[in-house]
Amino acid sequence: MALLQITEPGQAVDPHQRKHAAGIDLGTTNSLIAAVRAGETDTLPDFGGAHLLPSVVRYHTDGSVTVGAKALESAKEDPLNTIVSVKRLMGRGLEDVDTLGDQMPYDFVTKDKKGMPDINVASGPVSPVEVSAEILRNLAHRGEATLAGPLDGVVITVPAYFDDAQRQATKDAATLAHLNVLRLLNEPTAAAVAYGLDSGTEGVIAVYDLGGGTFDISLLRLNRGVFEVLSTGGNSALGGDDFDRAVASWLLAASGIEGEISKGQFRGLMLEARAIKEALSDQASVKVDIDLDGLIVKSEITREIFDELVAPFVGDSIKACRRAVRDAGVGLEDIKHVVLVGGSTRVPTVRAKVASYFHTEPLSNIDPDRVVAIGAAIQANILVGNKSDDEVLLLDVLPLSLGLETMGGLVEKVITRNTAIPVAKAQEFTTYKDGQTAMLIHIVQGERELVSDCRSLAQFELRGIPPMVAGAAKIQVMFQVDADGILSVSAKELSTGVETHIEVKPSYGLTEDEITTMLKASFEYAEADVATRSLTEAKVDTQRVIDAVANAIALDGDRLLSQQERSSLNETLAEVQAIATNSERASEITAASERLAKASDEFASRRMDDSVRQALAGTSLDELSESIADAED
Amino acid sequence: MDFQQTFFEIFQLPEAYHLDVDQLSSSYLELQKRIHPDNFSSATDTEKRHSLQWATHVNEAFTTLKSPLQRAIYMLEQRGLSIAHNPDLEPAFLMSQIELREELDDISETASEEIDAALSRLDGFKSSVKETLSSLEGSFAVQFDVELAAAEQTTYKMQFMNKLLVAADQLEEQLLDY
Repeated sequence: MALLQITEPGQAVDPHQRKHAAGIDLGTTNSLIAAVRAGETDTLPDFGGAHLLPSVVRYHTDGSVTVGAKALESAKEDPLNTIVSVKRLMGRGLEDVDTLGDQMPYDFVTKDKKGMPDINVASGPVSPVEVSAEILRNLAHRGEATLAGPLDGVVITVPAYFDDAQRQATKDAATLAHLNVLRLLNEPTAAAVAYGLDSGTEGVIAVYDLGGGTFDISLLRLNRGVFEVLSTGGNSALGGDDFDRAVASWLLAASGIEGEISKGQFRGLMLEARAIKEALSDQASVKVDIDLDGLIVKSEITREIFDELVAPFVGDSIKACRRAVRDAGVGLEDIKHVVLVGGSTRVPTVRAKVASYFHTEPLSNIDPDRVVAIGAAIQANILVGNKSDDEVLLLDVLPLSLGLETMGGLVEKVITRNTAIPVAKAQEFTTYKDGQTAMLIHIVQGERELVSDCRSLAQFELRGIPPMVAGAAKIQVMFQVDADGILSVSAKELSTGVETHIEVKPSYGLTEDEITTMLKASFEYAEADVATRSLTEAKVDTQRVIDAVANAIALDGDRLLSQQERSSLNETLAEVQAIATNSERASEITAASERLAKASDEFASRRMDDSVRQALAGTSLDELSESIADAED
Repeated sequence: MDFQQTFFEIFQLPEAYHLDVDQLSSSYLELQKRIHPDNFSSATDTEKRHSLQWATHVNEAFTTLKSPLQRAIYMLEQRGLSIAHNPDLEPAFLMSQIELREELDDISETASEEIDAALSRLDGFKSSVKETLSSLEGSFAVQFDVELAAAEQTTYKMQFMNKLLVAADQLEEQLLDY
């Protein structure tokens, strides 16, 4: 780590210009926020010194909310209003919730049994997205207090295995918490960033991430400052909670308890099971003797018994590893390092099984609970524009295949798993009836052949197709997956060039309208803020555009703009800057910002072309110097 | 923005079937370092859009060129040939395909008794398919310059062999109890 920062004269970064960025690990059990401060990256503690924020939200009758350790304490006494493991509900439907069984003792409500269910709490129904937003808001406040200023941008991590609906739900939660998301980063990639930058590793790295509720395995290659995700796999419903549940069931059986137990008793039992699991990491056995509201649980559990109880879950994780290694097209001998992430990797049998499968002792010198947030903070700091050297580029892949429903409930894959993103694919459709003007398209995600075995992402209704004889219309539907792994769709009728209208009905997400309503509701919470906040947001957003354009002119204006173009763009820039500084009307500022974006469009396009040319020129030079170096060897 | 460039031109590679995979990869990485949307997180929406389009295009070009089969199909398409869905192939080749499929079924059937033997037979099967594929790739490179129709036939054969490899991989997955 650099002790002294030496900067060229004239290049010194104005300390007021330094932007505040943070990495957020939004976990099933615990969440964290981390930031780079004075060259050091670490997680940020709350006022009491705790780094981990339990991902628990309690709703009170008066509409107020408690988040974190305090809420967790109340889990036993107020289980229905205290939401734990909300991450498992993100982008999920009622049928998924049913498979989670006892773990989710809440009162779920859905509109016509479809979509992501709301949870009925003391103050009314809340969406899992809103619950997650409370956690994000809490962390953001911590970050703003520590960094002494508003956050310019955050990187939020998600399991690599998260599908589109789950990613979108996470982004929606950030929107509700008023956070500017620079990137959704896969958790394993974040962990590798944390290790990769510190140790300068080159080669294939496996990241084994066993958290409370999700398991991820990712294989990454680090090559010349580029992190390339070779493959990802895992199970979005496998984690340390399963260990706890296995221990809890064993305890009930060993104590001869049968039949129903109350929700409160179940919670207490699960907390006890978790404590036992943690104790067994350094003890050979643990004695249990507890009284849960009259339910007496008395027994002794050894590490051998525990290892046996969790073996099926660990075995499932190793199977997923085997698949990921195969998908990556590498051999076990190519894997240089294994990185451990997630609290559940502290369990000795997990470490042993991982070491034995990969034939290498896994790395764990960064706290497995914090490593993801730390990696996210490093990346957030780069993306917000604070750092130009040591840059790491993260190339991600699509975690699950995207497909369309065809006749007979079968899936036709449009983009296959592990394709490098961003990616786009066009697919052509035609009408099957004369004069047909609309068509329903169902998008699913998953690897199986039947629609019913895959995850429904969205239904798209194409409308406004010009009436023609059957089979004459050619509708091209474009599927675009961005760098965050989120899908967007557009459509066009090719023979007439008519853009068809698309109505998106996300199967498990929130519609734009619902998000707007929720945002408004959160505004009403502090009504006085509304005008101020939208004005501040317009100013911040516009300043971002102004800075970007000004910076681009300073860098490339000489080469890529004519004298006249340059002065005209500078003029617009000055006008917009004046409006952004002086205006008190959000709409006026936004309009000015759009004008500047339009005026700089051609320049942006030239810069991109220039970048591409330079990239390739750079390659040839690099290769030249490499081949010289090779010759000298 | 020039989307008219061929995939080879994007990476400044010669328009030839045999390509230097290392050079392809390093050009790809250099390009993505410049144009990937991560470089434009704080940029204007216009720049973000350009970057997304370019990164998408470069990914498609890279994926196509990296795969020997996709590369062959792409080169034929560049010459105005489109790939048939039900191509006519020599009876001898089709016969050998049937035999290979039967061998795969046979490996699958014997697996329940001798899993290790089945796996090692499957390994052998896969390497022989891969050998055939690499010799087909060699033929394509030669034929493409002299006889396009022959190159097209070779591409169909590559398609068949690739499907066989996918089937073998699926069987392996079953046998390993994924």
